Amino acid sequence: MKVPIKLTVNGRSHESEVPARQLLVHYLRDDLGLTGTKIGCDTSQCGACVVRINGSTVKSCTCLAVQADGAEVVTIEGLAQDGNLHPVQEAFWDNHGLQCGYCTAGMIMTITELLERNPNPTAEEVRAGLEGNICRCTGYHNIVKAALAAAEAISTGAGGG
Amino acid sequence: MTTRLFGSGIRRREDPRLITGQASYTDDIKLAGLVHAAILRSPHGHARITSIDTSAAAAAPGVIAVYTGADTEGVLNPMPCAWVIPDSDVKAVAYPPIAKDVVRYVGDAVAVVVAEDRYQAEDALELITVDYEPLPTVINPEAAMQEGAPQLHEDAPNNQAFHWVAAGGDTDDAFANADVVVRDTIIQQKLIPNPMEPRSAIASYVPSMGELTIWNTTQNPHIARFVTCLVTGIPEHKIRVIAPEVGGGFGAKIAVYAWDMVTAFCAMKLGRPVKWTETRSENFVSTTHGRDHVEYVEMAANSDGRVTGVRSVVYAGMGAYLSTAAPGIPTILHGLMYSGPYDIANIKADIYGVFTNSTPVEAYRGAGRPEATFLLERLMDLVAAEVGKDPVEVRRMNLIPKFENGHDVAIGLTYDSGDYEGVLNVALEHVNYDQLRHDQAHGREHGRLTGIGVSCYCEICGLGPSQVAGAVGFGGGLWESATVRFYATGKVNVFIGTSPHGQGEETTFAQIMSEELGVPVDDVEVIHGDTDTTPMGWGTYGSRTTVVGGGALALSARKIKDKAITLAAHLLEAAEADIEYEDGNFFVRGAPDNGKTIQEIALMANVAWNMPEGMEPGLEATTFYDPPNFSYPFGAHVAVVNVDPDNGHIVLERYVAVDDCGPQINPMIVEGQVHGGVVQGAGQALWEGAVYDDNGQLLTGSMLDYALPRAHLVPDIETLSTVTPSPHNPLGVKGIGETGTIASTVTIYNAVIDALRPLGVTRLEMPLTPERVWRAIQEAGGHHGHDHGHGHDHGHGHDHGHGHGH
Repeated sequence: MKVPIKLTVNGRSHESEVPARQLLVHYLRDDLGLTGTKIGCDTSQCGACVVRINGSTVKSCTCLAVQADGAEVVTIEGLAQDGNLHPVQEAFWDNHGLQCGYCTAGMIMTITELLERNPNPTAEEVRAGLEGNICRCTGYHNIVKAALAAAEAISTGAGGG
Repeated sequence: MTTRLFGSGIRRREDPRLITGQASYTDDIKLAGLVHAAILRSPHGHARITSIDTSAAAAAPGVIAVYTGADTEGVLNPMPCAWVIPDSDVKAVAYPPIAKDVVRYVGDAVAVVVAEDRYQAEDALELITVDYEPLPTVINPEAAMQEGAPQLHEDAPNNQAFHWVAAGGDTDDAFANADVVVRDTIIQQKLIPNPMEPRSAIASYVPSMGELTIWNTTQNPHIARFVTCLVTGIPEHKIRVIAPEVGGGFGAKIAVYAWDMVTAFCAMKLGRPVKWTETRSENFVSTTHGRDHVEYVEMAANSDGRVTGVRSVVYAGMGAYLSTAAPGIPTILHGLMYSGPYDIANIKADIYGVFTNSTPVEAYRGAGRPEATFLLERLMDLVAAEVGKDPVEVRRMNLIPKFENGHDVAIGLTYDSGDYEGVLNVALEHVNYDQLRHDQAHGREHGRLTGIGVSCYCEICGLGPSQVAGAVGFGGGLWESATVRFYATGKVNVFIGTSPHGQGEETTFAQIMSEELGVPVDDVEVIHGDTDTTPMGWGTYGSRTTVVGGGALALSARKIKDKAITLAAHLLEAAEADIEYEDGNFFVRGAPDNGKTIQEIALMANVAWNMPEGMEPGLEATTFYDPPNFSYPFGAHVAVVNVDPDNGHIVLERYVAVDDCGPQINPMIVEGQVHGGVVQGAGQALWEGAVYDDNGQLLTGSMLDYALPRAHLVPDIETLSTVTPSPHNPLGVKGIGETGTIASTVTIYNAVIDALRPLGVTRLEMPLTPERVWRAIQEAGGHHGHDHGHGHDHGHGHDHGHGHGH
C-alpha cells in the first residue's frame, strides 16, 4: 500500500508516494538520495540516523516516512548554509571530532539541537546529551570538545564559517 | 620560510566530505539495475539441515532468485584461511560460503534471496522453510577440548584447530627454583567489534568481459581481491575491489567474508549488480568477533619481585571456522609478546586454538597484544602483592633498560627501541603517584573505595618483514607500496596500497609529502582503496599503515627528490653535487634565489622539453617497501576508579595514557587514536562481552544487550607522549592505532582490583559489571586481607589456589 506524503527536506518540498511501512531513513536515503544520514543499528541505540523533524532530533530509523508527512526535516546535508559550515560542523573539523565519520551526521545533528536547548553546556551536560549516540572511534573525547567549542563559537558569534 | 607540517596537528583533509554527508560508504552507492540480497541465517548453534524449501520465497513479490548451499557448492570454493602457522597442526576445515548439510553457529548462512528491493528480500527470507535436526553445542573453548564434547568438524578431533608452543629459556627450571609463583585464570571474554558502519558488499559482473567488481567494507582490498579470486575462480586481474569510505574496522573488516562471495555469486548468476548490507543484528552474529581466551597463566619471581619466568596454557576460541587471519592472533601476535617491556629470561606460551559453536574470531583492535599485556600486568600486580611491594616498584625493577637500536628478548623477537622507564616516570609524575596513593589511603579511612592501576606495555605492530610473515605462515607479504605522481601543474597524487578507514592518512601522508618535498598539503591528494588504481598493498591493520605504507611513501618522495636534483642541475647548468634542496626549492649552493621549485621541476619533467641525456619524462616514483623489522611502541598508563561498595558501580574517574610511537606526524590524530583505543579497551574491562547460552544462542545480540561505551560513562582521556624513534623505518615512526586498547583493559581492571583488595576481593571476571562487583564484595564478606586467588566461577577446575593478599 502506498501513501502520499508531502514534506519539506532541507528547505525543498517533496511530494512522494511511499509504502506505509517504509522507514523515514530509507525514504531519505533511497528515495531522495540523501545518504548522509546513516543506519548503524536496528534497535534505535546508535543515533547514526538522527535528523531534525520540526526542530526536534529524531532517530529516522525509528520513524516511518508517513509520520513525517507535513513536517520540516533537516538532515546533515541541509546544515551548511550558502557554502558555510554550521558552527558544529566547523567545530568537529577543528577538534578532530570524527575519525571514520559514520556516526558523525547523527552526532552533529544531535549537538545542534542540544546547543539550541542549552547554549552553554558543561562537558557533563554534553556527555549526558549524547547518551543516545554511539561512536566507536573517538572515545567521545574530541566530540565533547567539539560540542563545547561550537557552543563557544555560537555564543560569541564567531561560528558559521 | 619554513612551515614544517610534519609534526603539526593540522585538521584533517578528509573531514569536509564526512561532516557534510557527502562521503560515499558502500551502502550509499547505487548502480543502475541494482538488486538486493538478504541472507537467511541459522537460528541454531549446531544442527543438521534435513531439508530446505525455497519455493514460497521464490514466488514472493519482487523476488528474483533464491540460492542455497546446493547452488553454490562446486561453484564457489570454500573460504580459505590465510594464516596457517607452521608446526602447529592447523586444521583448515572446510568453510563453505553457504552451509549445505550442517550449520555450526547461529549466523551461519543457509540461503540467500535476491529481490528488487531490500524489504522484499527480507520478507522472502521468512518464507523459506528449513528443517533442522539440532545437534549439541559447545561454546567455551576449554570445554570444547574435553572428552565427550560435541564435535564440530570430523577432521578436527577434540575440536582442536591447532596447537602452538613457543618458548625461550627454561621455564621448568625457573618455576622449580622460584621464591614466588603467582597464578591466575584469565577469561578474555569474547568481544563483538561493532564498527559503526555495518558490513556491506556490492558486486557487479560483466559477463562479456568476465570482469567482477566488488565495492566492499574492507580494511584490505588487495587481499580481498586475492581471496575472491581463490573462491570464485575469476582470475585476479579480472577482479576489482573498491573500498569506498569505510566506517571503522577494528579488525572486523580484515576477513574476506563468505557473504561477499555469495553476493558476487548472485551477481554472476543474474547478470545484475547485487547489494548486500547486513543489519546490526546480523552483524552481531555474522561479522567476526574477537578475543575469547581461557588462560591459565603463572609468573615466577624472586622474593624481591624480580621476575624469572612467565608461562601459560591458553584455550583460544576460533569460533566455528577459521577466519582469514585467526590462527595468527593468539599465537604470533600474543604468545610472542610475553616479555612485554620486561626483561624475563624464561617464557613459554602453550596455545590451543579451538573450534566452538560461535561466530568466527578474527583480529579485534590490539589482536593478541591486549591479551598478552593483560596477563603480564595482572601477574605483575599479583607478584607485587605477594612480595609486599608497590606495583610500580616491581614493574620498575623488571623493565628492560633504555635501548636505541635493537634489544633481543628471550622469546626470540628483537625490539626496535624503547625507554620504558622514561614513559613510566612521565606517567607517575603527571598523576603525582605518591600523592595519589596518599589520597587513596586517606579515602579508605572514610570508606571510599578508590583504586589505582598502573601498567607498562610494549607491543608489536607495523607488520612486518615479509620474510618473517612467510616464516610464521602468513599467506601473503607484509610490505607496502606507494606511487607519487607529480602533474605538470605541480599538484600531486599519492597512490597507496594500504586502505585507511578513519585513521586520517589522507592527511598524514600529505604531511609526509610536505616534509619530504615541500609541497603544500592541499596540493596532495591521497588515493587509496581501489585495486584498479592503487599499487599492491596488504592493508590497514596491525598498526602498519603509517609505519610500512608511510615508509614506502617517504622512499618514493626521496626518489623524486633525487630525480629533481638531477633535472635541476641540468636546467641550472650546474653540477649535481652543487645542487642544494630546502623547502621545495632546488638551487645552486650559495644562491638560493637561483633555483627551481619542485613545481617548476614537475612542469619541466612532465613536458620534457629539456631533459638530461637518458632521463625519462615525467616525475613519478613507486616504492615497494618491506620493513626490516616490526615496530614496538610502548607506554605507561594510569587509571583511577571509584567503586561504590553498596551497589558495585564503578566510575572511571581518570585515565592517563603516556605513549611513545616515535615522531608524530600529526599529534592531533595520534591523540585521537589513543582516546578511541583507550575507551575501546575500557569497554572490555567494564561493559562488553558476548554471552551465549548453552544452545549457542547469542544473548547479547543487539546494541540493546551488548553494552558499548557511551559518552556519559567515560572521562576525558589525558594523553602525554615521549619520542623514541625506531631505527627500523625511514620515518622512525611506530604504530599508535591499537596501543590504547592494548593497555587500557588491564589498567582499569587492575585499578578495580586495587580498590577492592581491602575488602578481600582479588579477582573478578570481565566485564566488571556492578552485579559481579557487588556479588564479589558480598562473597568476600569483608574478610579483609584473605586472598582466595583463583576461585573462578567458571567451573572448569584448575583451581591452582595460590597467593595471599594484604
